[in-house]
Amino acid sequence: MSTIQKDFEERIEENELLNCMRCGFCLPACPTYIETKSEIHSPRGRIALMKAVRDGDIDSYEQVEESLNVCLGCRACEPACPAGVNYGHMLEEARAIFQEHNKPSIKEKTVRKTVFKQLFPNQKRMEQATSLLSFYQKSGLQKTSRKLGILKLFPKHMQQMEKALPQVSKAERSADTVFKAEGDTKATVAMFRGCLMDTMFHETNQSTIKLLNKAGCDVVVPNTQNCCGALHGHSGEKEGALDLAKKNIQAFEDVECDYIITNAGGCGAFLHDYHYLLRHDSIWSERAKEFVDKIVDFSSILIKLGFIDQHNLQVSPQYVTYQDSCHLRNVMGVYKEPRALIQAVQGGSLVEMEKADSCCGSAGIYNITQPDMSMQILDHKMKHVEKTYAQTIITSNPGCLIQMRLGIEREGKSDSMRAVHLADYLLEALVN
Amino acid sequence: MVRDSFIKSLIEIVGESHVECSEAGLMAYSFDATPNFQSKPDVVVSPANTEEISQIVKLCEKHQVPIVPRGSGTNLAAGTTPTQGGVVILFNRLDQIIEIDEENLTITVQPGVITKTICDTVEAKGLFYPPDPSSMKISTIGGNINENSGGLRGLKYGVTKDYILALEVVLPNGEVIRTGGKLAKDVAGYDLTKLLVGSEGTLGIVTEATLKLIPKPETKQTLLAIYESIDQASQTVSSIIANKMTPATLEFMDQPTIHAVEEYSHLGLPTQAEAVLLIEQDGPHSVVSEDIEQIALLCRKEGAIDVKIANTEEEANRLREGRRAALSAIARLSPTTILEDATVPRSEIAPMVRQINRIAEKYNVRIATFGHAGDGNLHPTCMTDARNQEEMERVEKAFEEIFAYAIEFGGTITGEHGVGEMKSPYLAWKVGDAGLEIMKNIKAAFDPHNIMNPRKMFAKETRKRIAL
Ligand SMILES: Cc1cc2nc3c(=O)[nH]c(=O)nc-3n(C[C@H](O)[C@H](O)[C@H](O)COP(=O)(O)OP(=O)(O)OC[C@H]3O[C@@H](n4cnc5c(N)ncnc54)[C@H](O)[C@@H]3O)c2cc1C
Ligand code: SF4
Ligand code: SF4
Repeated sequence: MSTIQKDFEERIEENELLNCMRCGFCLPACPTYIETKSEIHSPRGRIALMKAVRDGDIDSYEQVEESLNVCLGCRACEPACPAGVNYGHMLEEARAIFQEHNKPSIKEKTVRKTVFKQLFPNQKRMEQATSLLSFYQKSGLQKTSRKLGILKLFPKHMQQMEKALPQVSKAERSADTVFKAEGDTKATVAMFRGCLMDTMFHETNQSTIKLLNKAGCDVVVPNTQNCCGALHGHSGEKEGALDLAKKNIQAFEDVECDYIITNAGGCGAFLHDYHYLLRHDSIWSERAKEFVDKIVDFSSILIKLGFIDQHNLQVSPQYVTYQDSCHLRNVMGVYKEPRALIQAVQGGSLVEMEKADSCCGSAGIYNITQPDMSMQILDHKMKHVEKTYAQTIITSNPGCLIQMRLGIEREGKSDSMRAVHLADYLLEALVN
Repeated sequence: MVRDSFIKSLIEIVGESHVECSEAGLMAYSFDATPNFQSKPDVVVSPANTEEISQIVKLCEKHQVPIVPRGSGTNLAAGTTPTQGGVVILFNRLDQIIEIDEENLTITVQPGVITKTICDTVEAKGLFYPPDPSSMKISTIGGNINENSGGLRGLKYGVTKDYILALEVVLPNGEVIRTGGKLAKDVAGYDLTKLLVGSEGTLGIVTEATLKLIPKPETKQTLLAIYESIDQASQTVSSIIANKMTPATLEFMDQPTIHAVEEYSHLGLPTQAEAVLLIEQDGPHSVVSEDIEQIALLCRKEGAIDVKIANTEEEANRLREGRRAALSAIARLSPTTILEDATVPRSEIAPMVRQINRIAEKYNVRIATFGHAGDGNLHPTCMTDARNQEEMERVEKAFEEIFAYAIEFGGTITGEHGVGEMKSPYLAWKVGDAGLEIMKNIKAAFDPHNIMNPRKMFAKETRKRIAL
C-alpha cells in the first residue's frame, strides 16, 4: 500500500465517501463540469477518484491530483447534493495529502514559502507588500511599465490582472480599535478584517465599519487577529491553517462581543469551518465552536438590525447586478440578505444575471494556478453580465471583486462598467 | 481489453481530444447512480455527429467491442455501468436544440440536451413539454427516451413515450434510420419509434428526436393533505378520480418517509400521520380553483386531519418542501440508499404500502416509501449500508418480495427506472418466459452480435421465483 493511499485511508472517512450516492444532482451546479462536460471534472467524478485512491483502485495519482487541482473549491456542489456530502472537507484533506507528498519545483517552493509562510500570516509584511504595490502605483511606475509593456512578459491575463488590482492606500491603522455606534448601541460586534481586505481593500473595511456604526453596532477590531488561513487550507497547507485558526480564536476570545463580523465570503466560510478544522483537538474544538457560532456576514447583521428601514439609500440611476460569493452562498448560506440590501437602494435597479450563483473563476489563487479554466469561466460569466446591461457589478468578496474587474478589463468595458464591494456600494448610497 | 490499433481508429474518427483512456478518465465513467455497480470501460468517446457515431458503431461491430451509450449516467438500473468493458459513447457534444416548430408544436433535439433545458426553452414560448423526472436538471433527453422516464406530471400528461414523434437512430450495423415524423397519425409499418423508446440503449443509438409539445397551462395551484390512516389517503385518490378530476400532480409519502423528513427538515408534519398527499392542478384559472376547492372538500370528507391550500407561489413552495426533501432526508440517514420503483394499479396503493411496511419489518430493514400516488408508481427506498454483507442479503430478499407482491397486485417490477442490469434477473417475473423469449428475438434481429449495451435488460439467468 502506498503512503498516499494510507493517508487517504486514515484521513478521509469512508462513510463520507460512501455518502455520495452518485445521483449526479451536483453536476449542473459544478462550473468545471459545465465547462468540460467531463466526469473527470465533476464532483461525483472527483469523489469517485478519491475513493479509488483510498481503496487502492487507481495508480495514476497525478491524474487524480490534476482533477482536484482543476476543482475551484467553490462548493456549489454541496447545497445541490441531496445526500449532504461534505465535499469541501474531503477536497481540502485530499489536497493536503498530495501537497505533503509532493516534491515541488524550487520555483514553486519559493513562491509558496513567500506566500504562505511569510506574507499571509504576517500582518506587518502584508502591509509592507501592499505599500510596495502602493508605491508602484503612486510613483507612476505603473503607468510607465504599462506603456513599456514590461508586463508583456507575463501571460496575457496576468497583465490584465495587474490592471484589475485596486488602488491601494497605505493601511494606516488608528490606534483606536473601537468604533462607537451612532445613537443607541444595539449590539457589540468584533470585526474580522481579513488580510486582503485590510490591505488592498482597506477602504471597504472602513465602509463596513461605518455601516455597522450606522446600524447601531459598537465595532471592535481586535489587533492580534491574523489571516484566516483560507488560502493555506485550500492549497493543502494544512499546518499553517491550523496555526492561524488558533491564533484567531484566541484573539476574538479576548474581546467581548455578540457577533464576529466578516465582509469577505471566502474568509467567513473558512472561519466557519474552524470547528471542523480543529475537530481532532478536544480543547480547541470546543473553543472553535463558540467562535464559529458568532460568525456572521455584515449583510446579515445589517438586515437583522433593520438598517434599511432606518436609512435612506440612493444612488444615481443605474442597473446593477449581484455576483454571489461562492463561499458566502454555499457555505454560509447567505444570498438573500445582500440582495435585500441592494433592492433597498433607490435608483439602482437590480437585474439578476443568469447563474449569479455560479463561481466567477477567481477561487482564491485559482486564477493564477489554473489560468485557462479560470478565464474560460470568467468569459462565460461576462456574457451573462452583459445581458443584464448592468453598469455596476456588486460582489461580497475581494477575490470575486478582482476577478470581476479583470472580466471588465478583458471585455474592454472599463469605461462603462465597474465592480464594487457591497459595503462600498451601500456607503455610496448612504452618502448620496 | 481493446487493442491500441482500435483506439487509433477511434482517434481517426473523432480526433484525439475526444477520446479518453486515462486511468482517471475511465474510473470517472465506471459507474452511474446505481448502488453497488462499478466497472471500468476500455475507452470513452465524444463523437460530434451522427456520421461519426455510425463509423464508431461499424468499427465496434467489426471488432466485436461492446458499446455503452451514456447520457448523464443518472439511471438507477446499472444501465450505463460498463460491466462488459468496451466503448462508452457520450453525447456531450450533441447537445443542441435543432428546431422549435410552433406550427406543428414540436421540438427537435440532439440526444445530449438536458431535459430541463427543453422544458425551460419551450415554456419561454408559451409551450409545454410535460415529462419531468425528478432528475430533469441533469438527465438527458437521450436517457429519458431510452428509459421511457416518467415524472410528477405523469398521471395527467403521461410519460416520455407519449411525446416522442420521431427518432433518428444508428443501428448496431452502423446504418442510420429515421422513424415516425411530425405526425399525429402514422401507421406505416411497425411502430419502431415506440419500440425504441425504453429500449435502454440495447437496440440502437438515438442521435436525434422530435418531441411533441402542448400549450402551456395557464396556471397551477397546490394543496397538501395530511392523514392519520393510509387507507383514507388512498380512498381520497380514488374519489378524486371517480369525480372525474385528473390532478397534474398527486404525490404521496408514507409514515417512515414523514419521519425521515421531520428528522431532517423539521417542517412540523405530525409524526402520527400515516400519509401525506401533495396535490396540484393546472389549467385555466377558473377550472383550477374550482378543482382545488372540490379536491380539498374530498380530502376532508375522506378524513384528512389537515388540508392546506397555497394562495401564493411562495406558499406552494412551502407545501412542496416536504415531498421535495423526501429523498434528501432519506439519503442522509444512511450510507447507502437504494431507490426502487415497484408500481401497482393506483387502486392497490394502500395494500401495497402495507405489504412494503410488513416486509421491511419481516427482514428487519429500513424502508420508506414515497411516490406518484396518481399512477401507482411507488418508490420504496431502502436505507442501508453496502458494506454490511449480511444486511444486504436481507435487503435483497425484501426487494424480491416487494417485486413479487407488486406483480401479484397486477403491477410491475419497474415503473420508470428501467431494467438495466440490476433488475434483469427479475424481468421474466413480469413478462413471463414466452414474453422474455420474444424480447430476446427482437434484440437479436436488431443486434445479432450483441454489441449494444450487452447484459442490460437480459440476464444470464432468471432469479428463482419466490412463493408468496
Ligand atoms: C435521484 C434520482 C431521481 C430520479 N427520478 C426519476 C424520476 O422521477 N423518473 C424517472 O423516470 N427516472 C428518474 N430517475 C432515473 C434517471 O434519472 C432517468 O432514467 C433518466 O432518464 C436517465 O437519464 P440520463 O441522461 O442520466 O441517462 P443515462 O443514465 O446515461 O442512460 C440511461 C439509459 O439510456 C441509454 N442511453 C442514453 N442515451 C442514449 C442514446 N442517445 N441512445 C441510446 N441509448 C441511450 C443508456 O445506455 C442507458 O441504458 C432518477 C434518478 C435519480 C438518481
Ligand atoms: S449530488 Fe451528492 S450524492 Fe449526488 S453525486 Fe453529487 S455528491 Fe454524490
Ligand atoms: S467545489 Fe465547485 S468546482 Fe469543485 S467539484 Fe464542487 S462545484 Fe465543482
